[in-house]
Amino acid sequence: MSAFLVTFRRDLALMWGGGGVLAPLGFFLGATMLVPLAMGPERALLQSAGPPLVWIAAALAVLATLERLFQADLEDGSLEQMLLSRAPLEVLVLAKGLALWCVVGLPLALAGAPAAIALQAPVERIGVIVVSLWLGMAAFIGVGLVGAAVTAGVKRGGVLIALIVLPFFAPPIIFGSAVAAGEQVGPALAILTGCALAALALGPIAAAAALRLQAE
Amino acid sequence: MLSYLANPQRFMGFSAWAAPLLAVLALGLFAVGLPWALLYSPADYQQGETVRIMYVHVPAAWWALGVYAFMGGASFVGLVWRHVLADIAARAAAPVGAVFAAVCLVTGSLWGAPTWGTWWEWDGRLTSMLVLFVIYLGYLALWSAVEDEEKAARLAAILCLVGLINLPIIKFSVDWWSTLHQPASIMRSGGSSIDPSMMGPLFTMAGAYLALFGALTLSNMRAAIFRRRVEAAELRGAGA
Repeated sequence: MSAFLVTFRRDLALMWGGGGVLAPLGFFLGATMLVPLAMGPERALLQSAGPPLVWIAAALAVLATLERLFQADLEDGSLEQMLLSRAPLEVLVLAKGLALWCVVGLPLALAGAPAAIALQAPVERIGVIVVSLWLGMAAFIGVGLVGAAVTAGVKRGGVLIALIVLPFFAPPIIFGSAVAAGEQVGPALAILTGCALAALALGPIAAAAALRLQAE
Repeated sequence: MLSYLANPQRFMGFSAWAAPLLAVLALGLFAVGLPWALLYSPADYQQGETVRIMYVHVPAAWWALGVYAFMGGASFVGLVWRHVLADIAARAAAPVGAVFAAVCLVTGSLWGAPTWGTWWEWDGRLTSMLVLFVIYLGYLALWSAVEDEEKAARLAAILCLVGLINLPIIKFSVDWWSTLHQPASIMRSGGSSIDPSMMGPLFTMAGAYLALFGALTLSNMRAAIFRRRVEAAELRGAGA
């Protein structure tokens, strides 16, 4: 358990200290800003299309953080240390994923509130949008771990990660946008939670299998 | 049979006559199926002649899924038993599956234009096929991005299996999503049962696609094995 906590705190500190929070937040706000510029500022149009577009911006912002997630560990040898540790690699990968979820996922979900308001989402729906975004981040990160792990050895693998991971973003995007649009909020939120739990449970297993190959 | 063929030497012997045989079989089935489907099968009472697109479209959709399942099986064997031929088989099948998915999407679009009145409709099945196509592209891109071939095979196999687990989830969510958004006017719910006279050409075409898949995959595998032999011979030559 302690190896889990150490990895979690190490990644937390690395991402927080390395300015890893600001870049995805800035990306998210920039992408959100472009939405009304592309669609026009009409209130009615934004009201229907804006909140789901917050989801697109958030998905892309998380995607941008994945490239270096395991690549840095592979380059500086921390991955080998993790493999030597008595704790299973799956647990350490989960710790890294959860750290990313806290350092990047939580601020992005909170930033979803002003973004959704700016895109004319009804104010009474903001709370549930933030909660659903945070759950969706867990689903994105769980799948993203696999994408980051299989491409860890590829130089400039950012676009490759996007191509690999984006199709698997379909379920959380679908149910998350349903929440944001106010359609069948209860069931959609329940399935979104299921997506998040399944991704966090299964993602680290596949990611760890890929990382063992990367270190060979 | 599978364990018999697991020996690359025996596989080469088998595929040397199986690949051309399957190619001839595919040609024969297409020679029968295409005229049967395009000329001699009945026109639909509602869609008229455009229903003939189905004979190209539906088998492509079936085998786009079938090939992915085959790749999943090969990836599993490759990961668990570390068998080179299984890795090669998964890699060899992928471009064929991707092309089947693309054929399905393009013919679906061509079919949609006269019958639904639009080139593209975000219908549940179209959308899932598009997702499957993108998964194929990601799989192929990962293979070509990782330099070490053995490592690329294992990583791609992990990705393939993750995709296999995810496909039903994606299918389910896209269906849920399209029933939520789809206006019922465009898709006609009727006409689901196919007339028996259309079954003959449809299954002939499905058989032709399957034989084509077998011929192309076997030839791809043979090409990959030959290339590895050449590389190994070059290495030996450089060492001497």
